[in-house]
Amino acid sequence: MNQRKLQRYALPAFALLAALAGWEAVVRINQIEPVILPAPSLVLKTLIGDWPVLFRSLVVTLTITLQALVAATLGGALIALVFARFRWIEEAFFPFAVIMQVTPVISIAPLLLVYLSSGGAVLVCSFLVAFFPILSNTALGLSSVDHNLLDLFQMYRASRGRQLLWLRLPSALPYFLGGLRIGGGLALIGAIVAEIAAGSAGQGSGLAFRIIESGYRLNIPRMFAALVLISLTGIFIYLVLSALSFLLLHRWHDSARSRET
Amino acid sequence: MVAPLAQSAPASQGSAPRLVWLEEVGKTFANGTVALTGVDMEVRRGEFLSLLGPSGCGKSTILRLLAGLTGPTRGGINWSEQEHELGFVFQEPTLMPWTSVFGNVWLPLRLKGQSRTVARPAVMEALEKVGLAGFANAYPRELSGGMKMRVSIARALVTRPALLLMDEPFAALDEITRNKLNDDLVALKCELGATVVFVTHSVYESVYLSDRIVVMAPRPGRIVAEIEIDAPLPRSEEFRLEPLYVERCRETSAALHRAMSLEAGRVAS
Repeated sequence: MNQRKLQRYALPAFALLAALAGWEAVVRINQIEPVILPAPSLVLKTLIGDWPVLFRSLVVTLTITLQALVAATLGGALIALVFARFRWIEEAFFPFAVIMQVTPVISIAPLLLVYLSSGGAVLVCSFLVAFFPILSNTALGLSSVDHNLLDLFQMYRASRGRQLLWLRLPSALPYFLGGLRIGGGLALIGAIVAEIAAGSAGQGSGLAFRIIESGYRLNIPRMFAALVLISLTGIFIYLVLSALSFLLLHRWHDSARSRET
Repeated sequence: MVAPLAQSAPASQGSAPRLVWLEEVGKTFANGTVALTGVDMEVRRGEFLSLLGPSGCGKSTILRLLAGLTGPTRGGINWSEQEHELGFVFQEPTLMPWTSVFGNVWLPLRLKGQSRTVARPAVMEALEKVGLAGFANAYPRELSGGMKMRVSIARALVTRPALLLMDEPFAALDEITRNKLNDDLVALKCELGATVVFVTHSVYESVYLSDRIVVMAPRPGRIVAEIEIDAPLPRSEEFRLEPLYVERCRETSAALHRAMSLEAGRVAS
C-alpha cells in the first residue's frame, strides 16, 4: 500500500524534475540564447520578477473563465431542464446548440469583436465552448432515469416537481458533473483563444495577451512564464471540479469509487 | 384440478371476497401488438396468486394494469374499495443509489408527505421485517444482490399495501438466495395478511409459493388455466416431497406445455 502510494506520487514528480533538469542541462551545455529557449531557472526568475504584471493578467483571465463557466453551467443546466420537460423545444433548438458547438470558436471571435467590447467578446467565446458539453451531458442525464423508478414514482402518484427533485436531478448529477469537468477545461481554452484574437485587435490584458505581447518584444522567458500560469490555471480548474465531483458522488456513484482488487 | 375458465374454482380460498377483478380486459399497444385479450381474472383477498407463462404472454402487463401504470384498451378493472395501497417489486432491486437504505424505504411515505421523523417508525419496522434493521444508513452499493431485493421488499411493504405486485422479483438471484427470499416473503405475507400477485416463469416456484396459479399463453396474451394449491401457507421444505406438490407440479407443467403448444400451432398454421 505504502509502496503503491510512493509509486503514484513520487514517480511522476521524479519524471517531471528529471525533464526540467534535462532541459536546464541542454540549455546550459549548448549555451542556447534565452530568446530561443530560456532555461527553466530563468523562467522561474521571470515569473517572480514579472509577478505584478503577470498576476494582474492571471486575475483577468481567471475572472473571465470563471464568469463564463458559471454562466455556461447555469445556462446549460437550465436549458437541459427545459429540453427534458418539453420535447418539442429540444427538437426545435438542439440543432442550434450543435451548430454553436461544431463551429470553431476562433472563427467566431473576430465577428464578436465587431459587435462587443473585447472583454465581452472573450466572455462570450468562453461561454460558447463551455456551454455545449454541460447542456448535452445534463440533457442525457435527465433522460437516462431508470424506467422502473419512474414507474414507481407514477404508482405513488408523485407530482412532476417531486419526480424532478427526488428522481431526475439526482440521476442526472453524475452526467452533469462530467459535463462540468469538460466545460471547465473548455472555458479556459475559449477565453485564451478569444484573448489572442482580441489581443491582435489591440486590446486586452489577460495571460494570452501577455504571450502575444512577449512574442512581439522577443521576451521569450516571459512568454514561458505566462504559459506556465495558463497551465496551472487549467490544472487548478480541473482539480477543483474533480474535488467537487468526488464530494458529491463518492458515497454512491461507481465513478468515484476505487475498485477493490 | 385444472378448472376451465368459466367455472369458478371452489377451494379453500374460494369463499374469500375478491379484492380486485378484471373483466374482459384487452390491451393493445400503440404499435398494434395485442398484449392481452379477453382476460377475466379475480384476485381474492389474502391469497398468494401466481401468474405463470412464457415470455410475451402479458403477465407483466396485468401487473402494470393492476398498478395503474397503464390502462386497458378494452374491458375494466374493478376494485372492491376505491382507496387501495399498492406495493411493487421489480425484477431488479430498482433502488435509488444516491440515498441510503432508509431513504429508499422512506420514499413511498415521503411521497405521501410524511417527514423523516414521522416516517421513521414505519420505515424501521419494514426494515426489521426483512432483516435489515442494522443497515438503515448503508448505501445500496454496499449491499449484496439479495439484500438489495430485501430493501426493495421493505419499500413495497412500508405503506402496508392491500396488494403487493411482484414482477419476477428474484429471477436475477442465485437459487439458494432465491429460495430463502421466497420463504421469507411468504412468512411476511402471512404475518401482514397481504394479498400478493406474483409473476414467474418457474413451475416449481409457483406451486411451492401460491394458493392459486393462473397459467397464461402468449400472442395474444390470455389465460388458459387456473390451478388451486389447497395446502396452507406458509409451507416448509418438506412440502416439496408431498404427493400434492408433485401432482400440482405435473398439472401446472402440463398446462404450461399446452399454452406453449397453442402458440406453436399458431406459428405453424
